[in-house]
Amino acid sequence: MEWEAVIGLEIHAQLSTRSKIFSGSSTAFGAAPNTQANAVDLGLPGVLPVLNAEAVRMAAKLGLAIGAEVARRSVFARKNYFYPDLPKGYQISQYELPIVARGELEIELEDGTVKTVGVTRAHLEEDAGKSLHEDFHGLTGIDLNRAGTPLLEIVSEPDLRSAKEAVAYMKKLHSLVRYLGICDGNMQEGSFRCDANVSVRPKGQHKFGTRAEIKNLNSFRFVERAINFEIERQIDIIESGGAVVQETRLYDAARDETRPMRTKEEANDYRYFPDPDLLPVALDEAFIEAVRLTLPELPDEKKHRFMTHYGLLAYDAGVLTASRELADYFEAVVKAAGGHPKLAANWVMGDLAAALNKEGLEIDAGPVGAEQLGGLIMRITDNTISGKMAKTVFEAMWNGEGDVDTIIERKGLKQITDTSAIEQAIQAVLDANPGQVADYRGGKDKLFGFFVGQVMKATRGQANPAQVNE
Amino acid sequence: MSLERSEVESIAHLARLAIDEADIPRYATELSSILGLVEQMNSVDTHGVAPMAHPQDVHQRLRPDAVTEADRREQFQRIAPQVENGLYLVPKVIE
Repeated sequence: MEWEAVIGLEIHAQLSTRSKIFSGSSTAFGAAPNTQANAVDLGLPGVLPVLNAEAVRMAAKLGLAIGAEVARRSVFARKNYFYPDLPKGYQISQYELPIVARGELEIELEDGTVKTVGVTRAHLEEDAGKSLHEDFHGLTGIDLNRAGTPLLEIVSEPDLRSAKEAVAYMKKLHSLVRYLGICDGNMQEGSFRCDANVSVRPKGQHKFGTRAEIKNLNSFRFVERAINFEIERQIDIIESGGAVVQETRLYDAARDETRPMRTKEEANDYRYFPDPDLLPVALDEAFIEAVRLTLPELPDEKKHRFMTHYGLLAYDAGVLTASRELADYFEAVVKAAGGHPKLAANWVMGDLAAALNKEGLEIDAGPVGAEQLGGLIMRITDNTISGKMAKTVFEAMWNGEGDVDTIIERKGLKQITDTSAIEQAIQAVLDANPGQVADYRGGKDKLFGFFVGQVMKATRGQANPAQVNE
Repeated sequence: MSLERSEVESIAHLARLAIDEADIPRYATELSSILGLVEQMNSVDTHGVAPMAHPQDVHQRLRPDAVTEADRREQFQRIAPQVENGLYLVPKVIE
């Protein structure tokens, strides 16, 4: 039987506010334990939460970017459960009236087709603290620095049909929140994490199968592998006559499998109710319009502009607009080079990306700035150096040996474009190889390459290869 | 509506309340009468009445995004039963 997977993602994006969602504690990552946990974050008696305006603005920004309705009125609710890293005994979240209602996101599939994925809702909530299960004499250590950090939980419709689609959606959202400047997207630090709801059904069946929820996936690779494992697991169960149980599972990266979380005695019963400590949030048109004015050019718009304005292929435009920093870098290169966007794209996605990758650097942390790379491209296009020489110059720039012209000068890399100089070199090669010349004249056309090679060698690679060929 | 003994036990567990076996029937009766009141309210036709999220008809004030709290860990940890290396220690929780 042919099976179809049905996947929905819940993505938690940590909003990059300076202070927490309901208190004035810092949200900076990496502080000593509990030095950023104040009375509100600790849930001490008598404290009151006060909502951070920036968190609301950031949520609205996402809503506008995905074409969703930003709720004019939203309500915070208490989600009740007991866990030591949740000191109040409830998490402040939103339930019936979230701040962002239904929107959508377009993803590009591997075959180039575009699919629209529904976003059910996005709501604001506070993060919990961290439990450290290492050995504290049989006890658990609790760090509440993260408690109260603002999260935006973005819930997709069950529109995704494969692990690859799920990853494409997650990447798109990851790119979007970074474009919007509402989340740093750092997955290692847990700023952007994902729960996946996965079920399978016979292809063509309308009704959904029973789903399992895989918790806390913090890399694109794990999302793909966990979902693929889960799809196989569920198909195996059904094909061998069993039934999938609705449960929460954890992905074990070391074993590349999902396994059930130890089931708590009772099913989740969160007993949501409106938080009496917080009033309903009302946003007026002026607020929403002010947020709209802060929207940057979004990834899809930018990609489209790169295709029409620079004449780039869809694939290249997609790669270059995957992050705002990369797109800005590319545009700065083109500007510095005085045009030549296709060559600039090749260099940014080729040699530069490879060098960055090798050293694990982000685009804005590499030693070769956009101005420098633009300068290099200018020297290729004005025929000062060949593409091959450019690679040597790039390497030297990467190693901090100076700017383009200094390096060309110092390494004596100027390309010979003077026709008479090239002709002289060719004549010298012909004179030195009378046997090969006779063979070539006798019809051995392949020897042409030999002559070109000899000329390039004689000029130490400095002759313009195109001119030698002529 | 009247609550079963098992439901009382389950509610007590969710609230992490240790209740006396002998008190369960009394809790069942009292909680049932609260539900009775809710049922009575449910019988009112509230068609077209917007749900009330808060008794006061005012809206949430927003706070500027600024760090206003200093580190007061030492003071807070003075009242904690057990701490180590800046962490609050609690009975072991295993996932």
